[in-house]
Amino acid sequence: MGVSALILVLGSVFLFFITVFSGDPLEDLRESRDRNREQLMEARTRNMNLNEPWYVRYWMWATGVAKCVTLNCDLGMDSRGASINTALVNAAGSTLRLVTLATVLAIIIGITMGILAAIRQYSGFDYMVTFLAFLFFSLPVFWVAVLLKEYAAIRFNNWIADPSVSLTAAIIVGLLFGLLLASLLGGDLRRKLLTGATAALVAFGAVTYFDQLGWWRQPALGLGLVVLIAVAAGVLLTYITVGRTNRKILYAALTTVALGVVGTFIFNSWITAPTYPLLLLMLAISIAVAIAVGWLWGGWDKSIAIWVSIGTALTFAGATVMDQLLRNWGPFLDRKPRPISTIGSGSVNFEGPFWTGVWDWGVQLILPTIVLTVISLASYSRYTRASMLETIRQDYVRTARSKGLSERVVITKHALRNALIPITTIVAFDFAGLIGGAVVTETVFGWKGMGALFQEGLQRVDPGPVMAFYLVTGTAAVLMNMLADIAYAFLDPRIRT
Amino acid sequence: MSDDNDKPDIPGSGREHLAPIPEQVDPGSPQHVDLQRPDVLSVEKEIDLTQKSYSQGELIRRRFFRHRGAMISLAFLVFITLMAVTSIGWGPIPGWWPKNYWDASFVQDGGRPTLTFFPPSWGEQPFGQEDAGKDYFALVMRGTQRSLTIAFTVGILTTIIGTLIGAIAGYFRGWTEAILMRVTDLFIVIPLLVLAAVLGQRSGGGIWPLAIMLSLVSWTGLARLVRGEVLSLREREFVTAAEAIGTSPWRIILKHILPNTMGTIIVSATLTIAAVILLESALSFLGFGVQPPDTSLGLLISTYQNSFTVRPWLFWWPGLIILGIALSVNFLGDGLRDAFDPRQSRSSD
Repeated sequence: MGVSALILVLGSVFLFFITVFSGDPLEDLRESRDRNREQLMEARTRNMNLNEPWYVRYWMWATGVAKCVTLNCDLGMDSRGASINTALVNAAGSTLRLVTLATVLAIIIGITMGILAAIRQYSGFDYMVTFLAFLFFSLPVFWVAVLLKEYAAIRFNNWIADPSVSLTAAIIVGLLFGLLLASLLGGDLRRKLLTGATAALVAFGAVTYFDQLGWWRQPALGLGLVVLIAVAAGVLLTYITVGRTNRKILYAALTTVALGVVGTFIFNSWITAPTYPLLLLMLAISIAVAIAVGWLWGGWDKSIAIWVSIGTALTFAGATVMDQLLRNWGPFLDRKPRPISTIGSGSVNFEGPFWTGVWDWGVQLILPTIVLTVISLASYSRYTRASMLETIRQDYVRTARSKGLSERVVITKHALRNALIPITTIVAFDFAGLIGGAVVTETVFGWKGMGALFQEGLQRVDPGPVMAFYLVTGTAAVLMNMLADIAYAFLDPRIRT
Repeated sequence: MSDDNDKPDIPGSGREHLAPIPEQVDPGSPQHVDLQRPDVLSVEKEIDLTQKSYSQGELIRRRFFRHRGAMISLAFLVFITLMAVTSIGWGPIPGWWPKNYWDASFVQDGGRPTLTFFPPSWGEQPFGQEDAGKDYFALVMRGTQRSLTIAFTVGILTTIIGTLIGAIAGYFRGWTEAILMRVTDLFIVIPLLVLAAVLGQRSGGGIWPLAIMLSLVSWTGLARLVRGEVLSLREREFVTAAEAIGTSPWRIILKHILPNTMGTIIVSATLTIAAVILLESALSFLGFGVQPPDTSLGLLISTYQNSFTVRPWLFWWPGLIILGIALSVNFLGDGLRDAFDPRQSRSSD
């Protein structure tokens, strides 16, 4: 902790120094022919304290930041005399939203892909993941972002105005889905063909069915699908944690789903027109109920039952939110006929019910998140695959297999947990890089986030905004490293002290 | 965030150890069945050890030349480099392409590209023309030249700086090591792109100052890697023997230790080049890299990103070339790693 703080301070001195000496802050005024040139120069000199040497300016900045201890931060003024505090609060919100979402998605998808690729080593799926990882590594961020803006925003907006899926498109979607599933599930050729064909037919059928219903403009899940998703999650979690032997865990998950259904009827009015505090309250209630259910059903496996119940409850809540969002897609389209705008992080004066408001900033989040996720996904999946393959070769895994444990237990209990240890460090290290990527992404998508703060500050050779950017990214990086250390201790009992 | 060698390298630093890990014959494992399948991607199946024995260098070379992905990448890279250098010439030497990248001319047919693949023909303006009628092929080739120059300069400088500092820190320990580790920690709190942007602004837009500035920020990863290797090598017997007969420390580092880390260094240098191509183009795109009188692939994309709907070719060509270079250099690095470290390759020897 002490070392982290020291590095934060040293980093701030270094960044301040090189920013101050990266150019001449008065350059544009020196070349201007304005009559009030002198006054402008004087005002800027006063705003930026240019008459002081850089270390005095750094000290002034540092004492302002030190007031943060009493929750009274003073980040000073930028070269135009505007307060940086307000600018930072606005910017940090949108950027951290973006980066956090991208990190979480990249962790979940990347690690899952890596594990599957390692389990099915040298399969078609493995080669596909390898190739995609190389491709994603080599993609220029800004180039992909501009491409997405063209194809996923403008063309999507044109399409959603009168959505219809042609027969060829539906067939292609079906075939791709079938191929993916067949290569994932493996088995001999006959089984692969069977799974592939079934999956392709189901996907093709679903797409054409949705098309007939006009689902693209009026989508919904309905309570039935929500329950189905939650039950599937509960069964999957039970299978991963204890297998088919312990029925109590499964009953706990199913009870949670049943109580969830009751909950949706009780809180129906809150769910259809909530506010953020109400949503949090309902989430807390569902987690509390899940813990209680797990505790009551658990028997000897209370902690596992509780975790499975919580997982099921969270899936149920997520599916319910998704359902509400989908139901409000139509009303949202009525208010905003071209849903994805290529610039900005939300409409300026959007008015509508709660869920359409969520859509308003949600759709703006989709494209930048895809860009950022894809970039970090590549390294996470490669690392997980390598780490997983290495653990699978270890002697204790062979011992576990030879004493007759099922493949499920070997993979989840013996291999996965150990393979995840190095991944936590990578995720923490990657966070700073991800914020760097966010700078570029925000520029392309025209977000007024931290990237813009940094970029404009640097262009004006103004250390204030640059240091504000650093303050947030540096602190976030240090926090991420601490989180990684905690996760480390959680995964690897040997380093608990 | 301490000097802990167990920690893997930072993603994006180019040393992610992407090569697949060899599969061991494990009778109990379900993957056993897959082993029987002939592996088309094997890199050294045909080595017959009964006939001729090979030196270490020959083995590495053979493994590398049999890595199909690496060979295709190498061919592509050589092709792009030759194309960029010979088409518009280098400095005062003229190239074979009749047009230059600075003369504006009359825009024909909306500046549409005339390159066709079937039947293959160049036409008058293979990549089309930009808004002022400049020949876009010449412009893209110029950008490729500049981007490649920066990437290779940074690759070479970074390798020299990183190797030297890593070797000194690993061999002498002491304050060099402490400083190295603290500087590496710095990159955890300051994103590389941010640091490069600030220094790039300072460099004023020329490609040589920019290349030097980028080298100054991208050596840390390699230095850590070399330090780790040197730390283990300096405890080996041959180093002790050399010390016992009074060899000077510099001679030990240069003659005994560094040759043993060559594999790591070469692989890392390759992957640095791929990372630098992307970093430079991102910086130029943001406006902190190469500045307008000069040009680079990133700058071309940045300049013409708004003409995407009208003239998409202005956007596609430089982007595809960046992607192609980065992808082939990454594959090349992977092939080199397989060649230097056969433990990581797919073949079962």
